Amino acid sequence: MSWFKQTWNSSIGRKFAMALSALFLIIFLLQHFLINFTSVISEKTFNEISHFMGKNVLVQFVMQPILIFGVIFHFVMGFILEVKNRNARQVKYAMNKGEANSSWVSRNMIYSGLVILFFLGLHFYDFWIPEIAHKYIEFKPENPNRYFGELVHKFADPVRVGIYALSFVFLALHLLHGFASAFQSSGINHRKYSPMIKKLGKLYAIAIPAGFIFIAVFHYLNQH
Amino acid sequence: MSVLDSKVPGGPIKDKWTDYKNNIKLVNPANKRQIDVIVVGTGLAGGSAAATLAEQGYNVKAFCYQDSPRRAHSIAAQGGINAAKNYQGDGDSTHRLFYDTVKGGDYRSRESNVYRLAEVSANIIDQCVAQGVPFARDYGGLLDNRSFGGVQVSRTFYAKGQTGQQLLLGCYSAMSRQIGKGKIKMYNRHEMMDIVKVDGKARGIIARDLVTGEIERHSAHAVVIASGGYGNVFFLSTNAMGSNVSAGWKVHKKGAFFANPCFTQIHPTCIPQHGDQQSKLTLMSESLRNDGRIWVPAKKEDAEAVRAGKLKPTDIKEEDRDYYLERRYPSFGNLVPRDVASRAAKERCDAGYGVGTNETGEAVYLDFSAAIMRYGGEEANVKGLHDISQDEIRKLGESVVESKYGNLFQMYEKITADNPYKTPMKIYPAVHYTMGGVWVDYNLMTTIEGCYAIGEANFSDHGANRLGASALMQGLADGYFVLPYTIGDYLSGDIRTGAIPTDSAEFDEAEKEVKDRIEFFVSNKGTKSVDHFHRRLGKVMWNKVGMARNEKGLNEAIAEIKQIREEFWKDVTVPGSADGMNQELEKAGRVADFLELGELFARDALERNESCGGHFREEYQTEEGEAVRDDANFTYAAAWEYKGEPSDAVVHKEELNYENIELKTRSYK
Amino acid sequence: MSTAQGLNLTLKVWRQKNNKDKGQMETYQVTDISPDSSFLEMMDILNEQLVGEGKEPVAFDHDCREGICGTCSMFINGEAHGPGREITTCQLHMREFKNGETIYIEPWRAKAFPVVKDLVVDRGAFDRIMAAGGFISVNTSGNTQDANALPIPKYDADRAMDAATCIGCGACVASCKNSSAMLFVSAKVSQFALLPQGKVEAAERVQKMVKVMDEEGFGNCSNTGACEVECPKGISLENIARMNREFIKAGAASEHSS
Repeated sequence: MSWFKQTWNSSIGRKFAMALSALFLIIFLLQHFLINFTSVISEKTFNEISHFMGKNVLVQFVMQPILIFGVIFHFVMGFILEVKNRNARQVKYAMNKGEANSSWVSRNMIYSGLVILFFLGLHFYDFWIPEIAHKYIEFKPENPNRYFGELVHKFADPVRVGIYALSFVFLALHLLHGFASAFQSSGINHRKYSPMIKKLGKLYAIAIPAGFIFIAVFHYLNQH
Repeated sequence: MSVLDSKVPGGPIKDKWTDYKNNIKLVNPANKRQIDVIVVGTGLAGGSAAATLAEQGYNVKAFCYQDSPRRAHSIAAQGGINAAKNYQGDGDSTHRLFYDTVKGGDYRSRESNVYRLAEVSANIIDQCVAQGVPFARDYGGLLDNRSFGGVQVSRTFYAKGQTGQQLLLGCYSAMSRQIGKGKIKMYNRHEMMDIVKVDGKARGIIARDLVTGEIERHSAHAVVIASGGYGNVFFLSTNAMGSNVSAGWKVHKKGAFFANPCFTQIHPTCIPQHGDQQSKLTLMSESLRNDGRIWVPAKKEDAEAVRAGKLKPTDIKEEDRDYYLERRYPSFGNLVPRDVASRAAKERCDAGYGVGTNETGEAVYLDFSAAIMRYGGEEANVKGLHDISQDEIRKLGESVVESKYGNLFQMYEKITADNPYKTPMKIYPAVHYTMGGVWVDYNLMTTIEGCYAIGEANFSDHGANRLGASALMQGLADGYFVLPYTIGDYLSGDIRTGAIPTDSAEFDEAEKEVKDRIEFFVSNKGTKSVDHFHRRLGKVMWNKVGMARNEKGLNEAIAEIKQIREEFWKDVTVPGSADGMNQELEKAGRVADFLELGELFARDALERNESCGGHFREEYQTEEGEAVRDDANFTYAAAWEYKGEPSDAVVHKEELNYENIELKTRSYK
Repeated sequence: MSTAQGLNLTLKVWRQKNNKDKGQMETYQVTDISPDSSFLEMMDILNEQLVGEGKEPVAFDHDCREGICGTCSMFINGEAHGPGREITTCQLHMREFKNGETIYIEPWRAKAFPVVKDLVVDRGAFDRIMAAGGFISVNTSGNTQDANALPIPKYDADRAMDAATCIGCGACVASCKNSSAMLFVSAKVSQFALLPQGKVEAAERVQKMVKVMDEEGFGNCSNTGACEVECPKGISLENIARMNREFIKAGAASEHSS
């Protein structure tokens, strides 16, 4: 077996890959949040950045595919591992007190992940597919000021805002375990720094989804 | 001249082993591959022997009843392992370790073996460190030592309170390496049921697969018994539940002499029995006696009030306490050897001063309050705190004591639900280790040719009493550094023998015997469980063959054990079948052997008309209750030959000659 | 040592004749159990009772009964080694239970730990992982270098000791929702990786041990931390991180593959 296969095909290799994709997505999410947040402050800035992101070749043809790969990888690997893990215990306990030794969020990453997956479907349907259709299928002329309007428009419907908010709650749950877990899986556990990473993880897991919810609610309220 | 030949080589004691090793026959590496060795038991002795023999090139088959070799009961040893390294520069040497061990054993061990043990002790530490055993270290990165009872130097190496565990895991990892290579074939959950002799030589064993119930034949050119001690003959002991004498007893019945069965160590610091439902006793490390003071109430009425739950120990005034060890043995105080400390506790409890809550009041106090205040005071000085209250000093002291004995205190609290920082611990002696065992010569060979016994299973180097931290030393010395050499001398005669066939008449016969006995157990329509008989045996052993023995009691014990044995064979019931896992059946076989050993044990105690080490005969004591040894008549090892019933056993005496150490009365006053 | 009232309990115990049998929970009653008894003493009493009724007693693994051999292995009321922290089943005492309580007693559940009988499981997978690399390759010779020739910083020695205290009971696997054996394997990997003697073959060791661990059918670690909480010896998750590090390092940096 080559070292490559031996390393990445192993249990540790897989979880390391999970962690790397997670860390990548965490960075992406931060970036996404920061851009979106500009919509609360300045319509102009938001449009400028969105236009840049939408037109820049590097972003569109290098970063975007990597991101898509990262998202798909994280989900597919998550499912593969879940199936393997379930398979590792064929007879279940008649009585199992998981809450005595671990957090609910850590035991239910697959469910919080699934909710996020459905959300991503919605999100793609809402933004990404129209965007791709706009640019690469219908070849509509570019209007550098269209982005803000499109964003705000999506948050007119209270049901949709509700679904978004709920999804972000699940994202928070996923991150509450996932952030620190990604560091642990990567072998980063240090008596001095790990408590800090854990705190940072909690802060991130709450602040970022809360921020996204805030943006959605903000635009909803501004229209009503 | 007795039939026993100890084969001790000549020459000055310090050169014996080296000269002997230089001259014994060797087996060349190619021939070693043609030779099979069976090792029964995978504790420190068996595990280290199996690993070393396999490294040398022999094909080893190792057997253990546990589900993994890593679980042998050596793992439970807490305190440490002795070695004459003299790292502390306190004047330790091979000779001193030799001397301390012989003296501690009350002059009933073989000088040459003990010297060899002391000689190889230093190698053990080197070997274990090379294996990755994480011994405790000081801030300079060098190995740390502590001191133990009965000696005046610091030579005990330790790994927290889990030294036995770490050493065994070292052995186990060495074994694992050989298992991975295929040089050791490991038989977990297998019990040796009998030894097979062909032409007078040990040539194999019959084993039972404890999972499938299958009876298997295994052949080899030599058989090594490393199955530990027989303390469970007392039912309650600090041994593991599965610890048994069966392997040793089976070889005894086939011709190996059994030596000094009555030499049993009763450890003074165990958690007292809580009641009739108890299955097992728990040891608290001897190291606690470094700081704990042992006492009972000085007034009988206080003891009675404590037992009735009307008085708390902390309410008994200082002048109303009897620190009886400090009173009787001012120079060693609470650090007298184990046998002395145990007997003194029994004496106080028998006299009515015990503080246990069970019917007999069997418990004494081990009190850390003085140590807590002393350490607290020191700590306050170190921190420059001068005007602090007694409570604050106590808190500081408690944290010092916690850092030294925290895990032991926690263990005590888990078992008893008492907090030993606030109230004294209650302790009482319990059966812990057996110095007696299968008789072996200098080569560790039993009186069956090709059958060896090592570790606690042999009659060992500890004489009538073992010093703390010496059991681990002996197990590893035997397995790593003695047997692998001496066995070669014997096996060099087998290089042309070829594999031993298992279809011989001898194997047939041994297998039939085993099967018949199993068949008996599963088909006997008795009414009482195996434990019922084991408990009864234990009670007789403890009351009449325990810490203090006398002629009358021993005679009664012999008759009672015989009676229990007869009832056992009539009325025992073993539910379930023989084809598959059956834990009751396993116990039945073991208890059957204990019922024979118990009687021989009592006979041995009866014949030894002296008090020495762990063997205390009430008839042989001074007015102050100290043991009286009889060197003129009993400076020998009593090796018993099996002749059918235990009452028919014949004793052979190996005279013990002391050329390098003068026989003296052991005094710790 | 209290002299409190005896406990009457309902026990739901997993019974399974052998590896091929399907097995089921059975209900038993025990009465007048002393609160000072250990959990296994309570099991002894149940068995004594069953033997008295001519029934087969419950098979369960146990040996030293002082929390160090790692043999006992019961999943009690939904937790490995029952309620209580840093204890094995044999150190669990009946005073932790209330009179009239129902107690669930099950074997370790994992594909890699097949049930042998009743509450007894086969943990041979751990031995096979150890045989793959859980050692330092040094022969017994009597002339290895002097033990003090190689000073080891106390801090490293202490951490190696902390990792080495693993008793191989399998509670980590039993508690893990994924039946992962990473805490066990990482404890051994860490012990040796922290010591200079063990560093020589650290890369090969971790690769070989992880390979066998995967082949044995244990699940993957998802860092829930259940193993650390239920571990009777308090083995830390730090060890798993260290193993991950060692493994990734070995895969990426070593010039040869094992």
